[in-house]
Amino acid sequence: MSRVRAALTPYALIFPGGVWLAIFFVVPTVVMLSLSLQSGNVADGFVFTWNWQSYVDGLTNYHDQIIRSLAYGLAATLIQIVIGFPVAYWIAFKGGRHKSVYLFLLLLPFLVSFVLRTISWQFLLSDNGMLLGPLKDLGLLPHDFRVLATPYAVIGGLAYNFLPFMVLPMYVALERIDPRVLEAANDLYANKFQTFIRVVFPLSLPGVFAGVLMTFVPATSDYVNASVLGGTNTTMIGNVIQNQYLVTQDYPTASALSFTLMALLLIGIFAYAKALGTEDVLEVAAR
Amino acid sequence: MSNPSTPDPSFLRGLTQRRLGRRDAFRVAGFSAAGLALAACGVKGKGVARPTTSAQAQSEVEKYWAGKVKNGHVDFANWPLYMDPDHPELKKFTEQTGITVTYKEVIQETTSWFAKIQPQLAAGQSIDYDLMVVTNSIQLTQLIKLGYLVPLDHEKLPNFTKNVGERYKNESFDPGNVFTVPYASGMTGIAYNPKYIDTPPTSYAALWDPKYKGKVGMMSDSQEIANFGMFMLGIDPEKSTPADWEKAAEKLRQQRDSGIVRKYYDQSYIDPLAKGDIWLCQAWSGDVFQKNLSDGTDLKFVIPDEGATIWTDNFMIPKTAANPVDAITLIDFFYEPTIAASMAEYINYVPPVPAAQEIIRADAAKATGQDKKTLEMIADSPLVFPSPEVYAKLRTYRTLADATEQKKFEGIFQPITTS
Repeated sequence: MSRVRAALTPYALIFPGGVWLAIFFVVPTVVMLSLSLQSGNVADGFVFTWNWQSYVDGLTNYHDQIIRSLAYGLAATLIQIVIGFPVAYWIAFKGGRHKSVYLFLLLLPFLVSFVLRTISWQFLLSDNGMLLGPLKDLGLLPHDFRVLATPYAVIGGLAYNFLPFMVLPMYVALERIDPRVLEAANDLYANKFQTFIRVVFPLSLPGVFAGVLMTFVPATSDYVNASVLGGTNTTMIGNVIQNQYLVTQDYPTASALSFTLMALLLIGIFAYAKALGTEDVLEVAAR
Repeated sequence: MSNPSTPDPSFLRGLTQRRLGRRDAFRVAGFSAAGLALAACGVKGKGVARPTTSAQAQSEVEKYWAGKVKNGHVDFANWPLYMDPDHPELKKFTEQTGITVTYKEVIQETTSWFAKIQPQLAAGQSIDYDLMVVTNSIQLTQLIKLGYLVPLDHEKLPNFTKNVGERYKNESFDPGNVFTVPYASGMTGIAYNPKYIDTPPTSYAALWDPKYKGKVGMMSDSQEIANFGMFMLGIDPEKSTPADWEKAAEKLRQQRDSGIVRKYYDQSYIDPLAKGDIWLCQAWSGDVFQKNLSDGTDLKFVIPDEGATIWTDNFMIPKTAANPVDAITLIDFFYEPTIAASMAEYINYVPPVPAAQEIIRADAAKATGQDKKTLEMIADSPLVFPSPEVYAKLRTYRTLADATEQKKFEGIFQPITTS
């Protein structure tokens, strides 16, 4: 009897989450996959016709936005690594007993709604706003200089909005490094720089990997930053998909674009894992 | 347009914004609604043919209204800031008819509202409202086409027949008011910030002027930008052909690619305009006034010489309404001239009942002080009561008849804004 119960326990544990995912992830995904191969319109209905044309149309009309999204996502991720790694390093090794305070401070702005944070950038970076206005008055910037409605604003916004998702995994990886390993490096005559390059950095890579995974994917598919901070020629694929669903109501093209994006991101992630020499992507990410 | 020297509260609450584009920048809610729509979107076609003959239309009307009775209650879905928050008109209605009204400001945007109600209507389920207000738009055309609206019994609309202006009785999006009747109208023109612009723009050409490079705001709505492109080329949008669309698109692309357009905005253009991020832009009349009154800005609104578009928000009864008789009674109540006047005094949009102007004048004559000034201003405002000359310059949106045409239109204009 207890053997049976023991055998059933894992299933009982997976049940709530499994059902949740089945209903709210698997079903919509399948519906969307089916939709992407249908043809028709809202008024006359959609019919499943193996209509691959939506994929062709999506790629022909919106390849610029897809490439731009990947480029913006990548740029934002790199910026986050550059900004976030030192922060994570500092908190992990120099934070002392106030570590949790620093982590809390890092997270504090993120208790504010994502959308509000982005709009506050609009406020700060306005052409004659509190940041650019004085600089222009002093003649340090030309009068037609602007940050908003440029790609830099969008990339900056993306980097800012997903920063904690980059810093936290890196912090966890760094925090977990056994001090004795560092002592050993020291004992073996490694200087601080060598210790960092050959010991600390490699040990932090799983954190960096998880961080990249958690920021690159949402940054690439984001549509809020582009719509709030962008201008012309800064539209990302998320905005296109949103428009296709809500405005044009061309559900097949929207679904096809979603799937294309998903495929590209998956390929990217696995290629990245391979390049990093990690055998099991998900296991690393989960660490 | 003249502005009051001091913000008057009645003006402040009244000069509301355009209904079509009340587009929250992010539409998180809309997104989840679209998900639902998606899950519900079946394989079957849902389109129905519009009645082609009047006899056919009449029989549809009779078929629907046969046996429908007054239930004593209406659930009314409308846009925010589109009625005095005290609902004096609705209270009067309840007094007169005994029908109670639940009024909810639930419609934020045409597209997301459509996405929200479409699955229920498709399934023949109630959307919990008996009456709603939707702008003439692609979505309205779809609501009609999909057979989601009740054919209106004009015998139950005596005030409409008697009091509503002729121009509202043959709108290209619903000739003969088979499914819709007007709630209020407004205009799309050019707004500018006089702090940065010395010579007031009088023509669409200002939006193409290289000296405003990077300081021009356009709208992200396909129909709105299309209209401006066509006005710029001297084409009447309402009668435009796909060939005209291509030409307009070329003009708009040129405007974008030469860096003149800073950004394609939803309703969020008004703050950048006030802050000076943009100096002139496509705008809805009401937004400009409301901004001036609420924030003390001095933005200006012009109807360009080439003309402008007028849009109409319309009453309609969804097919699954539980209380259609009460709903149609309420609709007709709004066409009593005193009620129409009282509405216009508050919302400051074009009322479909021309007689309202004289009633507001009479109210102004009775009023004193600031109230008098405000009422006079409303009665004389070309944006609330366009003169025949202004009307002559106003055009309606092109009604996109079917899905193929819609797809073609969006296919031409959407890539411009989603560049």
